[in-house]
Amino acid sequence: MTSNPTRRGVLGAGLAAGAAALTGRGAKAQAADPAITNLQPWNQALGDGVDARPYGSPSPHEAHVKRRNVEWLTADPVSSVNFTPLHELDGVITPNGLCFERHHAGIAEVDPARHRLMINGLVDTPLVFTMQDIMRFPRENRMYFLECAANSGMEWRGSQLNGCQFTHGMIHNVLYTGVPLRYLLEEAGVKTNGKWVMPEGADASAMTRSIPIEKAMDDCLVAFKMNGEALRPEQGYPVRLVVPGWEGNMWVKWLRRLEVGDQPWHHREETSKYTDLLEDGSARRFTWVMDAKSVITNPSPQAPITHGRGHTVITGVAWSGRGSIPRVDVTIDGGKTWHQARMSGPSAEKSLHRFYYEFDWDGGPLLLQSRAHDSTGYVQPTKDQLRAFRGENSIYHNNGIQTWYVNEQGVAENVEVS
Amino acid sequence: MSKFLKACAGALLVASPALADGYGLGRPALTEEIAAWDIDVRPDGMGLPEGSGDVFTGEEIFSEKCAICHGDFGEAVGRWPQLAGGFDTLTDQRPVKTIGSYWPYLSTVYDYVHRAMPFGDAQSLPADDVYAITAYLLYLNDIVDDEFELSHENFAGIRLPNEDNFFLDDRAEVELTALSGEVCMENCKDSVEITMRAAVLDVTPEETKARQLKDAVEAVRNPKPKIDATADMAEAPAEEPAEEATMQMASIDTELAAAGEKLFRQCKSCHQVGAGAKNRSGPVLNAIVGRTAGALEGFRYSRPMQAAGEKGLVWTEDELAAFMANPKTYMKGTKMSFRGFKSDADAKAVIEYLKTFDSAEM
Ligand code: HEC
Ligand code: HEC
Repeated sequence: MTSNPTRRGVLGAGLAAGAAALTGRGAKAQAADPAITNLQPWNQALGDGVDARPYGSPSPHEAHVKRRNVEWLTADPVSSVNFTPLHELDGVITPNGLCFERHHAGIAEVDPARHRLMINGLVDTPLVFTMQDIMRFPRENRMYFLECAANSGMEWRGSQLNGCQFTHGMIHNVLYTGVPLRYLLEEAGVKTNGKWVMPEGADASAMTRSIPIEKAMDDCLVAFKMNGEALRPEQGYPVRLVVPGWEGNMWVKWLRRLEVGDQPWHHREETSKYTDLLEDGSARRFTWVMDAKSVITNPSPQAPITHGRGHTVITGVAWSGRGSIPRVDVTIDGGKTWHQARMSGPSAEKSLHRFYYEFDWDGGPLLLQSRAHDSTGYVQPTKDQLRAFRGENSIYHNNGIQTWYVNEQGVAENVEVS
Repeated sequence: MSKFLKACAGALLVASPALADGYGLGRPALTEEIAAWDIDVRPDGMGLPEGSGDVFTGEEIFSEKCAICHGDFGEAVGRWPQLAGGFDTLTDQRPVKTIGSYWPYLSTVYDYVHRAMPFGDAQSLPADDVYAITAYLLYLNDIVDDEFELSHENFAGIRLPNEDNFFLDDRAEVELTALSGEVCMENCKDSVEITMRAAVLDVTPEETKARQLKDAVEAVRNPKPKIDATADMAEAPAEEPAEEATMQMASIDTELAAAGEKLFRQCKSCHQVGAGAKNRSGPVLNAIVGRTAGALEGFRYSRPMQAAGEKGLVWTEDELAAFMANPKTYMKGTKMSFRGFKSDADAKAVIEYLKTFDSAEM
């Protein structure tokens, strides 16, 4: 049970209104609506002045919109994950304070004046940059999703968590401002045998990954701004790596070093973790790209239909690490019949896309699914299709189609269907 | 060309954002700066410092610095990672991935232990200690015998058993074509059955609407309780989460306590406080000021800690501050691996914070 009375109030009001709506549009109100006939406090009294909120925050009525974690997942919140409340968001941008967090040694609180970025290894001149140096390179603005490879990882063996925040919330989509990694590497001069780049973080986990030089020279950014403002500490302040379309673990936060080498490093996060164990006991390594994926965010277990039958909006998000999302299909009957959803909002490569499907709900049970098509022609598979390729032990890269069962009351549940 | 000359040349070519000659930004890194940060080790041995350590020494260091989380034999305590065993489980329903059963390269062990462990005291181990611990981890995984000594010289000769079971991402060849192309839009199936439901397991965290509404969910078909978790995450739901303590601030310096709360993060991986706190790798610290040392029932203290309590050691603020400054010198043989606070002010702040957890609220 929620302990938040405001939240319960909102829900209650929704359910009551839903009951009224069952009779359809045109039903006459029984009594005048006090929201109209009563003078509300804000109609009359003066509010806070411009000096009251120098850095604004959401309305107290939105206090339930927050990142949440699943306590039993990890031994310690310092090396753990929390989840973006996808069911409370719309559009394509994730607000900075709601971007999910995954740390391996807690949030490093870095003083930018004492932060340095070093490039060493197979370069002509090993270099050290201050934050000010980095900001003097030409910058670019690019919108990209970051998805943890373990997003939906709890669902390989079957439906487990009730809420798209928990099943799909290890993703965010942000407009980054940063310097192309290529400029920094070219400044140091990559030697001809420099084939790999290893970013390293300044936190107590000193996160490292091996990135092939082609990717480093292609679209990676060394970013210092998110959605216009400085990176949040939990997102790597003052500077992080952006590795578009590739698994989130590679987007090293608190970036302090880039080493160029002739071979990959095979460090812990690319051997023990982030390798995909298949059914026969062999394991894929270097599975960097995030396959196309989508999920219906409303309705979903944390966001039931509260208005009763009638006109209903289904919405969700879709993304692909290989390009853009020209099309999403939606079914309300578990996949017997599919409908092309309406895409709305900016469509960028390796960025979140928003889709809608509006329909007239007859009040009967629904089995909702969405299916993304990416710009390469790849279609998001069912979970069973994926299992046929990979078995159930691979933890990472679960991009299977999600099903929500919605009952006559509008309550939604995470299920799988035949 | 010097950086300065590069900068001059750059100034003449303003139009293109990417200058062939660079921007003249940054400065050359000094050798000692690179040495300080360049700690990475590769399978071919690149980056390994000179040094050596044997299984026996490794066992001693491991039991002192690692065992409280990973277990004396790498078998794991609670939900902390397991480091040994799990042989021949990779095709099981529940594979156990350890250094012996899964990791492809020994260099990863050296690199990671030095870079990130012990948890909360990273990069504190000298090279010989890391060699010794790595040797011990090899021993725990049946790869070497108890006489073994590991060094930079014999390192490259050690192979881990699962090395050959890894292969490059082949999704592009195996999956992409099969999963691309035309899709069915109408009459795609005759019937649809629900085959699994999340409500069966009921592991969704509290305080979500899902939980609130779960009673509305109907009977269960085909119950298959299967819990899995992400990467480094545990197998089964733990006990109910500890509730946040309600703080009473009687005669407490709240500002100091707030500073202490931040510093307490360094203790949190081992100690809980507040209502519902449980012993973890360290004992619950509620009402610690004035408590007899080593006296909490149900916690397995080290012998020295127990003995100190029996001899009458009581945790006054001064004793606590002395303990926190350097646990191992304060009490030889204590199980607490915490490197100690450099400043007395930090210890004072944490004590002030701990004072806000009075047993009355437990
Ligand atoms: C306070 C608890 C704690 C202590 C003490 C500790 N560790 Fe760890 N260890 C962890 C946690 C937590 C992780 C996982 C960290 C992550 O994934 O972010 C970990 C991960 C590891 C791993 C990687 C496991 C895997 O499967 O990927 C190794 C190896 C390891 N520790 C070795 C050591 C050694 C050696 C020591 C002693 C020098 C040590 N640890 C001390 C908590 C601890
Ligand atoms: C790596 C785990 C770990 C960390 C980090 C840690 N402790 Fe401990 N602590 C322990 C263990 C284990 C014991 C029991 C020691 C023994 O039995 O020798 C202990 C004992 C104690 C005791 C004595 C308790 C009693 O019942 O007598 C106090 C006080 C204490 N710790 C405070 C702290 C504080 C404050 C911090 C943070 C600054 C901290 N500890 C950090 C593991 C830890």
